[in-house]
Amino acid sequence: MTEAKQGKRYSVGIDLGTTHCVLASVDLQHSEGEKTTYQVLPIPQLYNPGVVESDSQLPSFVYQAHPDELPEDDLVLPWSDSPQSIVGVIARQLGSKTPIRLVASAKSWLCHTGVDCRNAILPVNAPEEVQRISPFDATVDFLEHLRDAWNDENKEHPLDQQDLVITVPASFDPAARELTADAARQVGLGHAVLLEEPQSALYSWIQQTSGSWRDQVNIGDVILVIDVGGGTTDLSLISVTEEEGNLLLDRIAVGEHILLGGDNMDLALAYTVKAKLEAEGKQLEMWQIQALTHACRDAKEYLFNDETIEDVPLVVPSRGSSLIGGTLRSNLTREEVSQVLVDGFLPFVEVTEVPANQARTGLTTIALPYAHDARITAHLANFLSRQQVAATESGIELPDNARFLHPTAVLFNGGVFKSEAICERLMAVLNQWLDAEQAQPARILSGADCDLAVAKGGAYYGYVRQGHGVRIRGGTAASYYIGVESAMPAIPGMPAPLQALCIAPFGMEEGTSADLPPYECGVIVGERVRFRFFSSTVRRDDRVGVRLEHWPQGELEELDEIDVILPEEGHIAGEVVPVTLVAAVTETGTLQLDAVATQGDKRWKIEYDVRAGDDASDIDLTEHASNEKEGDSASDNDSDNPGKMLG
Amino acid sequence: MPIKDLKFDINLIPTTLDAFHIALLFLLLTLCLFLLVVMSIIVLRLMKKKPAQPAVTEAISQPVQADKPNKQPLKAAPEPEQVKPSPAKLTHAEPDAALQLLGLLQQEARFLDFIHEDVTQFSDADIGAAARVVHEGCTKVLKKHIQVEPLRKDNENSKVTLKQGFNASENRITGNIVGQPPFTGTLLHRGWRAAKVDMPRMAPGHDVSILAPAEIEL
Repeated sequence: MTEAKQGKRYSVGIDLGTTHCVLASVDLQHSEGEKTTYQVLPIPQLYNPGVVESDSQLPSFVYQAHPDELPEDDLVLPWSDSPQSIVGVIARQLGSKTPIRLVASAKSWLCHTGVDCRNAILPVNAPEEVQRISPFDATVDFLEHLRDAWNDENKEHPLDQQDLVITVPASFDPAARELTADAARQVGLGHAVLLEEPQSALYSWIQQTSGSWRDQVNIGDVILVIDVGGGTTDLSLISVTEEEGNLLLDRIAVGEHILLGGDNMDLALAYTVKAKLEAEGKQLEMWQIQALTHACRDAKEYLFNDETIEDVPLVVPSRGSSLIGGTLRSNLTREEVSQVLVDGFLPFVEVTEVPANQARTGLTTIALPYAHDARITAHLANFLSRQQVAATESGIELPDNARFLHPTAVLFNGGVFKSEAICERLMAVLNQWLDAEQAQPARILSGADCDLAVAKGGAYYGYVRQGHGVRIRGGTAASYYIGVESAMPAIPGMPAPLQALCIAPFGMEEGTSADLPPYECGVIVGERVRFRFFSSTVRRDDRVGVRLEHWPQGELEELDEIDVILPEEGHIAGEVVPVTLVAAVTETGTLQLDAVATQGDKRWKIEYDVRAGDDASDIDLTEHASNEKEGDSASDNDSDNPGKMLG
Repeated sequence: MPIKDLKFDINLIPTTLDAFHIALLFLLLTLCLFLLVVMSIIVLRLMKKKPAQPAVTEAISQPVQADKPNKQPLKAAPEPEQVKPSPAKLTHAEPDAALQLLGLLQQEARFLDFIHEDVTQFSDADIGAAARVVHEGCTKVLKKHIQVEPLRKDNENSKVTLKQGFNASENRITGNIVGQPPFTGTLLHRGWRAAKVDMPRMAPGHDVSILAPAEIEL
């Protein structure tokens, strides 16, 4: 029997999606072994001013209304007659007509290097007077709504007393994870643990099979999880191994953060139809394109669900009360859909294909780094080729001529994969690559619920953590480095070469600490020291203390900088304290960096520097200009006090 | 003293029930029940009379409050003799729900816009295009808020038989209605029933008479 521990009745999973949030729970008292009872919470939310409905999905949008825009009485929720923020369907609906006040894709901003996620920057394109919020605040708003919805429904079992799992993209960097965990703390849910979304999808699949998953996968299988959400694509590889006769699952690799998803597909269709209408001499306004996007989404589903339909008419009604005269008519054919979606997003490419280069965001604009290359198959090819290195370490045998890591099974997740045509094409591309290397075709792990799987899997993970069912071993999906300057005589005009010092190895498990690196730096009390911070998903063998002088292009990815500031207490201002940096993975699942004094055992937590790239750095530079110490090279304009080797 | 003669002998009262007394008890209970029924009917009638509204029958039917099958019209027959036929018993459905539904239909399906348009001046193709908007939207509203299912599972135009005591609310018989059930006839229409209604909740101060706000783009 599963006894609920410490009065915990449920294990709750929250999927904080880019476009939708979902909350699912597993009833711990009515679950045993691999058979669990779960439910998805209907989330009450405003649909229109004064009208509350429930849905399993809470659209991840915040609307910053004008004070005179909505009647005060109409802003209510079952648990509050004056909610702090407008989120959910109503926010999306109002925002579709007034985009300047809509906060969307807050989650993607969390993982955007070069932006301070605690700074009120959203909506980005809003006029001055619109009150802005930070991506962090938006996350807090969603979590607060979900918490209140749960508590309203389960008064006996408040959320802060249940097991809680929040899912994050596998590609989230340490700063974004920390922000998510901090947002949970802010709403009193500090006990939440984080779980990678593709893992969650696999947990959900395992749960759904009620134990029969063991018959569907074999030792040596490599499961490729492809999670294409509304706004992001997330890839993971999970291997099936054996230990003492038990099947084990190991998450062996995760892909990069790709801002490309189902919404891009609907937009692509809308622009196809727009082009058609324009060829007929009709000019479309922005609102018509938006309406067309909605119409295309529905039409796409009709076409995908019914093979016999060749052509779906599209109608965009006028905005005035005259419905019949002012409608805009067009149609969407099967050929167009397969051309735009299947060939456009999932073309047959070689496995050696590399996606078009992703330009880093410039300093002058603040915008999300949307993927420039819409070919999901190219991103997939790149991922599998890059992760070939994961094979040797994970004991996966590949033929000598292999150019990529061969998956043997595929689990699809995300609304996009509700369409067979898209699944089929992806499998065809993958199997073509496999076939070229004389490998067996991969198979589909079927039966997943593409929309709700992540939240369900999260809830199931909480149950698994109590010792029921199989747990996916993961650990950190990257190794982490700080940038240090080489100790060499200064040459005017030449920046000192940068070395990357490994401070956290690949695959650190939750609740473990890395070794102390053999590196010290002097930190001046009361003053900020910055380190450039890097991660790598492909360098798996680097241990703590390894110092890289060169690395192949693309192996290391630069993240936001990290900051060390020693408080003045117990020290004299201006004193230099030698410290080393040590990494640990918290139980929550975030990477924590501490500065540890080499003499004594004092520790200081290091904050992720989530500062904006341009303006903020100017301010910092002037603030700290007087404190700048010798040899602050001109190489790095946002580093006021870069980490240096001592001695 | 005669009083002495009236003295009760406790031992003479039977301590066990016999068949006769049980029968008496039943009779008593039956009479009580009958009295109760008659009284309550009278009280109800009087109460219904109070609004004294002549039969303004805007029969906004609410199929959810499925009328209980009235199988025995004969039993109710004696009552109208006591209280003269009166136009009571009719009720108004709350207009809020109707307005709310209308608002939803307008919002999702442009229902009011469509109905209020003069269709004579447009071609069938134009009307057809607009009808798609209305059809799609109405389907969406119904799917979400009022789950509708056919009353009869039989195919239309097939022969069906109605047994004695069939539900007259669910089955409307027409044509050659003679004789006694069972009746056999052709199913012309399967009928509809609202199986589940789930209307959105509203804020206390929300004005449902505003079916669609005016839209002003700045």
